[in-house]
Amino acid sequence: MKFKSLALLSGLLWMSGAALAEESLVTAIVTPLRQKEVVPVDNKQYKDECGSCHFAYQPGLLPAKSWEKLLNADALSKHFGDNAELDKDTLQVIHDYAIANAADKSYHKRSRKIAIATENVEAPLRITEVRYIKRKHHEIPDKMIKGNKDVKSLSYCDACHTQAAKGVFDADTVKIPNYPDWED
Amino acid sequence: MKYLYALMILGSFVAAPAALASPASDALLAKYKAEGVSKIDAAKAKADWTKETKGEDGEMMSCSTCHGTDFSKAGKHHKTHKVIEPMSPKVNAERFTDEKKIEKWFKRNCKDAWGRECTTQEKADFLTFLLAQ
Repeated sequence: MKFKSLALLSGLLWMSGAALAEESLVTAIVTPLRQKEVVPVDNKQYKDECGSCHFAYQPGLLPAKSWEKLLNADALSKHFGDNAELDKDTLQVIHDYAIANAADKSYHKRSRKIAIATENVEAPLRITEVRYIKRKHHEIPDKMIKGNKDVKSLSYCDACHTQAAKGVFDADTVKIPNYPDWED
Repeated sequence: MKYLYALMILGSFVAAPAALASPASDALLAKYKAEGVSKIDAAKAKADWTKETKGEDGEMMSCSTCHGTDFSKAGKHHKTHKVIEPMSPKVNAERFTDEKKIEKWFKRNCKDAWGRECTTQEKADFLTFLLAQ
């Protein structure tokens, strides 16, 4: 297990220098280690704008049809109950980046699973509504998430996924606050 | 009036007794003045800071809901609990140094807290009040 995470990490490190825009099938195949997780956010504006209020969820965590619903001027003015308006130019950059890197445009394993889970259903607005994500967290008792004062909701990816910002959500990297003995 | 204002700006640079102005905040305050603000009322901003309005989902909201009332301390987003860096420019050197950013957050946060955009007068009051913290 140790070796696997090490290999994954070195793979990610190796790739971090490369431009990670919408990936082609060829690059996905010749870099098999990258296929496992989710492409990390590599757009500064996206990271800054989204990340100023919450974890900057990687575009590869939702399909393009979801990002289309979320990232328009009207929807952003009532973004889960908050005003998250952006000026037109910034919105365009963020929208385009999310669409180009959406789950259904990625060859990464986790993004593929999300793409498949959302293929024939209405576009989810929340990552936590995606069937695959729900299933992955199904066995974790409520007291460790909702009832955990340092977690509170499944929405706070990085509360437990220590490598979430790097796009790594592997069980090996999970540390649930206040439950040091938890094992997958 | 113009002279008085120029003197005030000059004063704030020379003596810098309370307010930590930046080129961005100076430019914005000048813009607000040009848009008709003649008298700044920092005391009103102080009172307004904790003025609560009921939001769409029934939650009582004010500036202090997320930013708190101790400007030297970090605040917390009411929903995502993300840390919001301190509002005081003395503690947080980045605060009020980017005109676009200031306007962006005025627009969003006034709508979130009060359900409407702030008037130019209110923005001038808030900015002056916060610069002095």
